[in-house]
Amino acid sequence: MTILKRLALAAGIATALSSSALAADMTVGFSQIGSESGWRAAETSVTKQEAEKRGVNLKFADAQQKQENQIKAIRGFIAQGVDAILVAPVVATGWESVLGEAKEANIPVVLLDRGIDGPEDLYLTSVASDQVKEGRVAGEWLVKTVGDKPCNIVELQGTVGSTPAINRKKGFEEAIAGHANFKIIRSQTGDFTRSKGKEVMEGFLKAENGGKDLCAMYAHNDDMAVGGIQAIKDAGLKPGKDILVVSIDAVPDIFKAMEAGEANATVELTPNMAGPAFDVLEAFKKDGTVPPKFIITESKLYTPADDPKGEYERRKGLGY
Amino acid sequence: MSRFPLNRIINTQTVALAGVLLLNWILFPGFFKIEWQDGRLFGSLIDVLNRGAPVAILAGGMTGVIATKGVDLSVGAVMAVAGAVAATMVDAGHSTAAAVAGALAAGLLCGIWNGVLVALLDIQPIIATLVLMVAGRGIAQLITEGSIVTFSDPALIYIGTGSFLGLPMPVVIAFLLMLLATLAVRRTAIGLFIEAVGVNRSAATLAGIRSRLLLIVVYSLCGLCAAIAGIIVAAYIHGADANNAGLWLELDAILAAVIGGTSLLGGRFSIPMAVVGALIIQAMNTGILVSGYPPEFNLVVKAGIITLILMIQSPFATMVLAWFGRGEKRSLRCTAACARSWQQSPSSSSPMRRPSCSFRRCFPRVSWAIS
Repeated sequence: MTILKRLALAAGIATALSSSALAADMTVGFSQIGSESGWRAAETSVTKQEAEKRGVNLKFADAQQKQENQIKAIRGFIAQGVDAILVAPVVATGWESVLGEAKEANIPVVLLDRGIDGPEDLYLTSVASDQVKEGRVAGEWLVKTVGDKPCNIVELQGTVGSTPAINRKKGFEEAIAGHANFKIIRSQTGDFTRSKGKEVMEGFLKAENGGKDLCAMYAHNDDMAVGGIQAIKDAGLKPGKDILVVSIDAVPDIFKAMEAGEANATVELTPNMAGPAFDVLEAFKKDGTVPPKFIITESKLYTPADDPKGEYERRKGLGY
Repeated sequence: MSRFPLNRIINTQTVALAGVLLLNWILFPGFFKIEWQDGRLFGSLIDVLNRGAPVAILAGGMTGVIATKGVDLSVGAVMAVAGAVAATMVDAGHSTAAAVAGALAAGLLCGIWNGVLVALLDIQPIIATLVLMVAGRGIAQLITEGSIVTFSDPALIYIGTGSFLGLPMPVVIAFLLMLLATLAVRRTAIGLFIEAVGVNRSAATLAGIRSRLLLIVVYSLCGLCAAIAGIIVAAYIHGADANNAGLWLELDAILAAVIGGTSLLGGRFSIPMAVVGALIIQAMNTGILVSGYPPEFNLVVKAGIITLILMIQSPFATMVLAWFGRGEKRSLRCTAACARSWQQSPSSSSPMRRPSCSFRRCFPRVSWAIS
């Protein structure tokens, strides 16, 4: 027993020494939700890339969509004495106690991609996208492209009640609100999946005179847009020309569609949440710079003018 | 030449399907419009058949399993595995035939696994197949490495989106499978064996049925059906989506089988009616899409209609209907007799005055309403 204790102590001292000796290379624990979607897989691989680029020693824990696994992982990181913890919280509630433990151990926590319900002093900062803005950018692009012509829009919503679906709908509606010629005539959920997106779009095309009166399709994510594009093609119309296609996420396959002239615009939800997180952590470690509480990532618009082929090649290896 | 079995065609399931289709037509007048476009039929009704085909195929396999007093929760996950195998194989340069064969073999293997757990190890079906329901999706994710594997192999895509004699391929495949399965269970003794095992496995075994082999075969065929559905779904979106392909479809398949009159207690089943059940579910889905209701209503509307159909089919409703039916026949006979006797001797002013023709006598079941 005493030998074990001594060994543990020695190991602890060793880690403490190594971390103080090499202040530049941090050890950061990253508790990821799991592999729920292609975007999440890309976020994981980009985080690993960013860590490697900066010489950060990344400890990765996959929670398989369970909060208890995330809490276990965070406790593990605290016990290992990491320099910082990144968490992509699977749910918003129930973080007070474990993040309190991290705070007591003086380990800064950065939330990635999603927020939590709880006191703001539990974490250093959160890096996330503004989903309302994503919808707004998509809507503004459509308003600018179509101009004053009357435009009937069909909307493929995300999963009913999910935050991105609510926010992306809201942002888009804000963007077209001042323009009477833009009308969302049909809106249904495609559950963020390709097959449901295709099925819903097939229904819309039948219901709207074979799609001849439609001007644009707005999808809350690219996967549904890819399904919708196939449905438009099956109905004998040209996606991207007869019906404009605008969506959100910027996954590789939408760039393939863009290259083929079948998609017109996508708004990027960047998988690089860890880059800004590492930046603020480095600054915080160096001279204690306290970052703003909410860091919003850029919602960049991509159109066929932005080298879709190059974008596809750049992204396809990321695990989308 | 036997009489056309009208009473076998008109039953609760087909009436419910007609009702849902009629409702769709009321909500969207163009529902029954079918056009000829690019060498194939095109319309909402075709969409119902086409999108309903994967669940119909699943329901066919599921019906066999449920008839043996089992259940297969893994079909959705097996779909994902089969789609993933087919997609990765064509992307790796194998021929379409090899990819399809590989996917079918994967499905068959999953089915045999379930069958062995249930028949040889005597694990309860709901638990035995739960193993693969969870693990199968993981296997599919391992095969696709978590991403959507897209392909552009025209022959494989044809299975999901092509057409044969104007009908979509999935519909053709589902129809042929249904025909084959129905003939197999109704024109041979296999159907009887399945029912016997479902009612009482020990008794069936004692009577000489090799129930273990039968169970393994039934579960393997269910796995095979799931693989076919998985290939169709992957071909439909030109890609294998391990996270979402077939997600929750096992529940739709069970529901379709139950709507089709198959008893979860085993022993009673009908494959064509399970297919009708699958079409009812899909007719609701398509109806919601073309009706223009906000998506928040989808699940509530579906649940409401399903509850209504199941209530109509429930033993209680059957009892009530039979009760009224019997009463009706008796009332008809009674009033007819009254009318005849009054015609023969119209003595009193009203036939109702005669003691033999009193309301209480002719309508005993509703006489409480006037007493």
